[in-house]
Amino acid sequence: MLDKNGIARRIAKEVKDGYYVNLGIGIPTLVANFVRDDISVEFQSENGVLGMGPFPYEGEEDADIINAGKQTITTLPGASFFDSALSFGMIRGKHVDLTILGALQVAENGDIANWKIPGKMVKGMGGAMDLVASAENIIVAMTHTNRAGRSKLLEECTLPLTGVRCVKKIVTDLAVIEVTIHGFKLLERAPGVSVQTIQEATEGTLLIPEEVPEMVF
Amino acid sequence: MIKKTVEGVGPALEGVKDGMTLMLGGFGLCGIPENAIGELVRLGVRDLTCISNNAGVDDFGLGLLLQGHQIKKMIASYVGENAEFERQMLSGELEVELTPQGTLAEKCRAARSGFPAFYTPAGYGTEVAEGKEAREFNGKMYVLEYAFEADFSFVKAWKGDEAGNLIFKGTARNFNPPMCGAAKITVAEVEELLPAGALDPNEIHIPGIFVQRIFQGEGYEKRIEKRTVRSREE
Repeated sequence: MLDKNGIARRIAKEVKDGYYVNLGIGIPTLVANFVRDDISVEFQSENGVLGMGPFPYEGEEDADIINAGKQTITTLPGASFFDSALSFGMIRGKHVDLTILGALQVAENGDIANWKIPGKMVKGMGGAMDLVASAENIIVAMTHTNRAGRSKLLEECTLPLTGVRCVKKIVTDLAVIEVTIHGFKLLERAPGVSVQTIQEATEGTLLIPEEVPEMVF
Repeated sequence: MIKKTVEGVGPALEGVKDGMTLMLGGFGLCGIPENAIGELVRLGVRDLTCISNNAGVDDFGLGLLLQGHQIKKMIASYVGENAEFERQMLSGELEVELTPQGTLAEKCRAARSGFPAFYTPAGYGTEVAEGKEAREFNGKMYVLEYAFEADFSFVKAWKGDEAGNLIFKGTARNFNPPMCGAAKITVAEVEELLPAGALDPNEIHIPGIFVQRIFQGEGYEKRIEKRTVRSREE
């Protein structure tokens, strides 16, 4: 079973040379730490920066330079700032190659729910609805089950949707899963996790190929 | 040169009344019009509809207007980090219209640019599209969204000149430019107000035509919401 950093490390393998990448809040933010340093990638943050760098050194933080999670950040050579309308032009116009975000639930047809739990949590969708409605390549980073032990990979989402038929791949603490027209296809197992464990934690249709290799990092 | 300068926040907010619809720039606490918010609190105007990406935190930003129950309706994309907001929303005291962030920005830009409405893929198939016209273009579904209509737009810039030209800094730009010219009256507050001619026309982000009033802001706190740093040993 992987921890948050393990999930981020596995997703980092999906980031290819020349990609512009939007990272959501939480586990997705960690992905930047594991991207190979021999490839060129630029991270976009929807509040208006392309070419995000690491957190600033203590004492060098600037209130005017933050990411979408409102954390202080730095920029790398080649970076640019822009307004929110232009930022979402990049997103809706499909100029961003890869979007990585968290989720509360994913359905086997690729529907995603991640912004609201009726009666309990209403923080808002932020930029997630724009991102999932536009991106061609969406990877979800999340735990396989919620705190109550219920599966987050479902036949149908029960929570209010963020977007429909949009998720392509899911990386959880247990597995790498591709969303296909026939359901969730199991691609890889986390180290030491059995196919049976993954099957038991998946409520939606799980397609299990004959060979399910362990993840390689 | 058409002069847009006014003497301070008082004259800048002249005409703001109960029940008006206001746009306020900023993302989280970054790039918010601190002076205008302070004056709205002082004026005590009520029943406001506020369009802003976030709702501040409990004791800063739009949170200050929430504390005084001055906001009737909030139009935003993300309202976490604010316990008082959540309480007023769940109790029904506050009306909330959650809007996808890109749609929120475009509803401002459209208002500024003379588009009454536009189609966006954001929110299709979700509850934000309920009751809205949907239409297919090239095999994909889009939702019709209308431009905002607002009375005042309050924005914060880094530098500005007497002609109302504005330059923003870093990610404090965010929603400020799309809100310029998107309301009947745009009020810009700046960290540094310069004479006309002091800013290079090549460097201007927003031309003064979109700004009706500009003033020298004071006492910026520029609070950081989530201070994240790395140690020098890394």
